[in-house]
Amino acid sequence: MLSLKSLTKTYRTGDKALVSVDIDIPNGQVVALIGPSGAGKSTLIRCINRLVEPTSGQVLLDDVDVTALSSSGLRRERRRMGMIFQEYALVERLTVMENVLSGRLGYVGFWRSFLRKYPQSDIDEAFRLLDRVGLLAMADKRADELSGGQRQRVGICRALIQNPALLLVDEPTASLDPKTSRQIMRLICELCQERGLAAIINIHDVALAQMFVQRVIGLQSGAIRFDGPPDGLSPDVLTEIYGEEDWQATIRKDEDEDTEAAVA
Amino acid sequence: MTTALNTKIGQPWRKPSFIKRAWLRWALGVSGVLYLIAAISSIEVNWSRVYEGLDRGAAFIMSFTRPDFVSRASDIWDGMLESLIMTVAASVVGILISIPIGLGAARNIAPLPVYLVCRSIVALSRALQEIIVAILLVAIFGFGPLAGFLTLSFATIGFLSKLLAEDIESMDRVQAEAIRATGAGWMQWINYGVQPQVMPRLIGLSMYRVDINFRESAILGLVGAGGIGATLNTAFDRYEFDTAAAILMIIIGIVMMLEYLSGVIRARVQ
Amino acid sequence: MPIEQNADGLKVWQKRNRREQFTHWASWFIGVAVFVVCWQQISESTTWFFVWDAPRIAGDILTRATPPKWEYITQLGEPIWDTLNIATLGTLLALFLAVPTAFLAARNTTPSKTFIRPLALLIIVSTRSINSLIWALLLIAIIGPGVFAGILAIAIRSIGFCAKLLYEAIEEIDHKQVEAITATGASRWQVMAYGIVPQIMPAFAGVAVFRWDINIRESTVLGLVGAGGIGLQLSSSLNVLAWPQVSLILIVILFAVVLSEWVSAKVRGAII
Repeated sequence: MLSLKSLTKTYRTGDKALVSVDIDIPNGQVVALIGPSGAGKSTLIRCINRLVEPTSGQVLLDDVDVTALSSSGLRRERRRMGMIFQEYALVERLTVMENVLSGRLGYVGFWRSFLRKYPQSDIDEAFRLLDRVGLLAMADKRADELSGGQRQRVGICRALIQNPALLLVDEPTASLDPKTSRQIMRLICELCQERGLAAIINIHDVALAQMFVQRVIGLQSGAIRFDGPPDGLSPDVLTEIYGEEDWQATIRKDEDEDTEAAVA
Repeated sequence: MTTALNTKIGQPWRKPSFIKRAWLRWALGVSGVLYLIAAISSIEVNWSRVYEGLDRGAAFIMSFTRPDFVSRASDIWDGMLESLIMTVAASVVGILISIPIGLGAARNIAPLPVYLVCRSIVALSRALQEIIVAILLVAIFGFGPLAGFLTLSFATIGFLSKLLAEDIESMDRVQAEAIRATGAGWMQWINYGVQPQVMPRLIGLSMYRVDINFRESAILGLVGAGGIGATLNTAFDRYEFDTAAAILMIIIGIVMMLEYLSGVIRARVQ
Repeated sequence: MPIEQNADGLKVWQKRNRREQFTHWASWFIGVAVFVVCWQQISESTTWFFVWDAPRIAGDILTRATPPKWEYITQLGEPIWDTLNIATLGTLLALFLAVPTAFLAARNTTPSKTFIRPLALLIIVSTRSINSLIWALLLIAIIGPGVFAGILAIAIRSIGFCAKLLYEAIEEIDHKQVEAITATGASRWQVMAYGIVPQIMPAFAGVAVFRWDINIRESTVLGLVGAGGIGLQLSSSLNVLAWPQVSLILIVILFAVVLSEWVSAKVRGAII
């Protein structure tokens, strides 16, 4: 169970990225976070694992107050929150296997990680995950040799090998083509189901979000404007979140790839 | 897929090595270690001399807290002025000469014979060390700043022409072709099609070279080619660390100033 | 690019307006004036009699220096070995010291921007402002002449050079990769080893080889001030005006420089 209690972030420039956000996410629920650019979606996700320090408010993960932790306590909690990034954020010059194993960094000591002497159980798990996403044969390739979709799969493995309770997913499909986007979203949601993971997925492709998630939260100017099932996204709601536009084409569920590409 | 997985589960994993062939990896490693052992064991260090020197080293470092600008003020002033004069004059002449040579050393705009001549000038200038050139020029022209000026000009040509030529070779062809298509002459073509593309970098590199020329001018005095080097050498010979510290501080100060200046100029032209 | 109207009401295009034109010409004028003054100074402290005599002297030296004294090469083996060692060990020592300095100097990895970073930058600027020959002079005054002083001189001079290029590379890394490693719960050192080091490895290798190439050149002349290597032979041959030996040494140095440039180009090609 993840609870955000009046989470607020004001940047030093005075920009209010988040204004007193309250969200409760029960275990195993997959939530899509939508909203225009600059609405504070990225900031929200980064405040949860404190890659961005929140100005005030609390983040509670299973009753542990993440915002109050010391740096070593924070490291321990970060292990329970896997993160998947926009544009993958793999360490390009390391191999696929090293990238996946880097998800275990919070569990192993410095010298073990430096010498790449991971416990056998970690190595087995890395192979299992790579097999699950269909990249077993690529294990010893360097990350920059992979295509976009493949890289994002490695990113997913890196997040899952942490054995997290929660996935923080930041625009996972932003630089992928429509077909790969769907595959990646499907994979993330399937894996969440298999492992009973909660997830927050930042996404600006509303139709794609509707296709896969159980709950949608709409963010605008750092405040929640909508919180409900994907079917509840009416044109009025979207107008409130994004501003005036013809929304019929966006909501339609079985749209063709072209409009999706245009949105992406 | 599952059979592939089963063969890997339970197996140790090792990061693939940078050098794939094991024998080559070992050969390189072993020869590297052997070289290091041979090299280190061939150095003769007179440790008692080093130990004695520690006091002098400490004295030198301490002298930075009380540099002596005064007792040799006129020597320092003359030497610094001479260094600066050589730097300025050599940079101006060097830059002016390196522009035509740089154009000639760019394969995409120069005909082959010109290219070969210019490239060999560049290669010669780069292969000969400043200090060696200075020795020869002092032997030929006698002591004094003229030898230093010629040395620095010659070194500037090698440095700047090479980089200018590389810059021209990697420029955008389309822009240059567009100018040629207007019926421009060769000079006009260089002026409109090439110059705007390479100018910002040329200015940046020239500033950088001024910086290098000043630093080099500080050592030319060691072989009698003018500048602050002679004064510095005398100061070290007489163990006048206070004066040496003062000179080094002035050099560092001027280099920092030149770097700052070149940063400002580069920011303005880009 | 101002467009002005002249008295007849016609539009006139000029690249610069009048004021810009004036400052433009004024700065050219000042530049030329400074150059002329500099040249006069140089000219005053030159004995022009020697200069007019220069072609004859140059010819004289050339005839005396040819042919090179080839058999002298047997005595150059050890100096060449020393020169190689000065450059290689000096570079290794410099890299060893430059890496921590670079991490302390880079804006995104320094532990303290107000105190430690300026200190690291001071080390960088002061070591690289001063030529290795001057460092050699200083070290010889402190610890006596020899190869060891040469190695230290090369090392000190190279710290600033390598650290500057490295810290610029560190500042240019992709921050997202670092963020991703941080998000896994990695410690500070692990973030460094996984997020930063792989990204700067190519720059590091390039800098190391590049500097080694430069150091080979520099170590060939360190002997002129007594810091070991082939420069010692050059210096003593010059002192007794043994021009055939000088020309042979110059050929050897030229060969070494060309060879080191070739090696460094090959190694850089293999790494990057």
